[in-house]
Amino acid sequence: MTTVEGSARSLDVARRQGDFPVLSRTVHGHRLVYLDSAATSQKPRTVLDAMTRFYETSNANIHRGTYQMAVESTEAYEAARRAVARFIGAPSPKGLVFTKNVTEAINLVASSWGGANLRAGDAVVLTEIEHHANLVPWMMLRDRLGIELRFVPMAEDYTLDLTHLESLLDGARLMAFTAMSNVLGTLTPVRRIVDAAHAAGALVLVDGAQLVPHVPTDVRALDLDFFGFTGHKMCGPTGIGALWARPELLEAMPPFLGGGEMIRDVRLDGFTTAEVPTKFEAGTMPFAEAVGLHAAVEYLSAVGMDAVREHEVSLTAYALRALRERHGDDVTVYGPSEPAMRGGALSFTYKDIHPHDVSQVLDQKGVCVRAGHHCAKPLMRRLGVGATTRASLYLYNDESDVDALVDSLSDVDDLFSR
Amino acid sequence: MAGLEDLYREIILDHYRSPRNRGELAAPPAVRVEGFNPLCGDEVALFVNVDDGKVVDIKWSGQGCSISQSSTSMLTVAAKGKTMAEARALIRRFKGLMSIHEQALSGDADGEQDEAGGVAEGRDEPEVQLGDLEALQGVVKFPVRIKCATLSWNTLIEALDETGQEDNPDTRLA
Repeated sequence: MTTVEGSARSLDVARRQGDFPVLSRTVHGHRLVYLDSAATSQKPRTVLDAMTRFYETSNANIHRGTYQMAVESTEAYEAARRAVARFIGAPSPKGLVFTKNVTEAINLVASSWGGANLRAGDAVVLTEIEHHANLVPWMMLRDRLGIELRFVPMAEDYTLDLTHLESLLDGARLMAFTAMSNVLGTLTPVRRIVDAAHAAGALVLVDGAQLVPHVPTDVRALDLDFFGFTGHKMCGPTGIGALWARPELLEAMPPFLGGGEMIRDVRLDGFTTAEVPTKFEAGTMPFAEAVGLHAAVEYLSAVGMDAVREHEVSLTAYALRALRERHGDDVTVYGPSEPAMRGGALSFTYKDIHPHDVSQVLDQKGVCVRAGHHCAKPLMRRLGVGATTRASLYLYNDESDVDALVDSLSDVDDLFSR
Repeated sequence: MAGLEDLYREIILDHYRSPRNRGELAAPPAVRVEGFNPLCGDEVALFVNVDDGKVVDIKWSGQGCSISQSSTSMLTVAAKGKTMAEARALIRRFKGLMSIHEQALSGDADGEQDEAGGVAEGRDEPEVQLGDLEALQGVVKFPVRIKCATLSWNTLIEALDETGQEDNPDTRLA
């Protein structure tokens, strides 16, 4: 209990909640208890205002016009690129390609780098705990090129079993893995895996969808090659994410999508591409969303990512304890039991009641949780469950939200117990 | 606003807590057909034994939420003993019940099934009663759950097709 109070001093949750307009609404007559931030986060007013202000004052297509507003919008877009690059510790904005989301970032690498560099029989190492976004693009490449996919297994304690990592990496060209599981909350030992991959001569791609919103991230300290993350899970708008990659890798890669903006010259017998990162930004980009993402990283920086992480570790500890104290063995949590080893995504089953029924009853108390397979069906099979309920925490959640979850689970019991 | 009591009617909870006709039948002679709901991972296997144009026995296995489980349980009770024509009429009645608000609420109507429900009126349709199944009509107020309720019914359509015993008025009268 004291740890939670301690973190409340460094991160004023009450004030944070006031920053997010949607959190003041009610659902079915109850205050909104939003516990689905791993799916998408809510947006602070500063993000909403930044986008509205942009549309009301500077909306013009970027990199095209010579008029004042076009200059302003172009500058706003490039300022967003610089701010987002800085936020993840990138040495320069040159390696920061805006994408639709992480899914597009990974597809870009699979299609462009993979298509140009992988041959039949080449190995790519993944893990059993990946989101479909970091599985299916590689399976598509397996179908297309005949590459071999290898999988790092999950250990019984919901961490990665790295016992045979070196042999799995033997001869591999790329290792692609998540930094934090969207199902288990597990934080993977990124730097250790990166070092092993590099020692084996493989490049690394890290799925940072769940990491960047919650944990201070430094792509240079982690020695990454490719890194994808998405805006809407980190207080930003939907429709914008990013691929960061070492610029020399991007320069050697063929373009991904073809179209306007990504070219230097087009003649009827061929084309040449623009410099990176523009080479990978075909068509009109979501520049207003980039402005929103800029405001989001400014918001998170002002709060302080260390404070966000500290708050979530404390609140996760509180949630794990509260679930156990109130519901004992009726709740099974799928994920590491040590809060420092994990993020705030808590997947669980309650008795033998289906997660759809659990989430439906929780909704009646305004408690929003995700139910289903969380786009990680191979992992669900590994866990031996068809679906789980997932409550996920963020900087605007506090103990009262966890209490609402824990209390309303008793309503589920009242309705369904046989 | 729809409340939980609209969704979780007592008869539904009863079928969920005490499912009827759970088990398996030897296939063959029964046909075994599986249904999946990729969104939530629900799965059901129906074992349907049709003899002389009549559903003489039906059992089911699988896992899912209370709505899919109770709907399947009720389906087996309602379909058992029906002729092929009556079983198909029952499916159309039930799918009709589930599609009343489906288009309006989700814009995600299952065209094929609506068609089946739509033509039922003009057809020389055997008289069938929904009985307990009426309790599931509250599901249409929760659009994302409609697919839970209809999973086993779509599976039954496949199973009936697979028996190869097309409706024949002569055998039905026998």
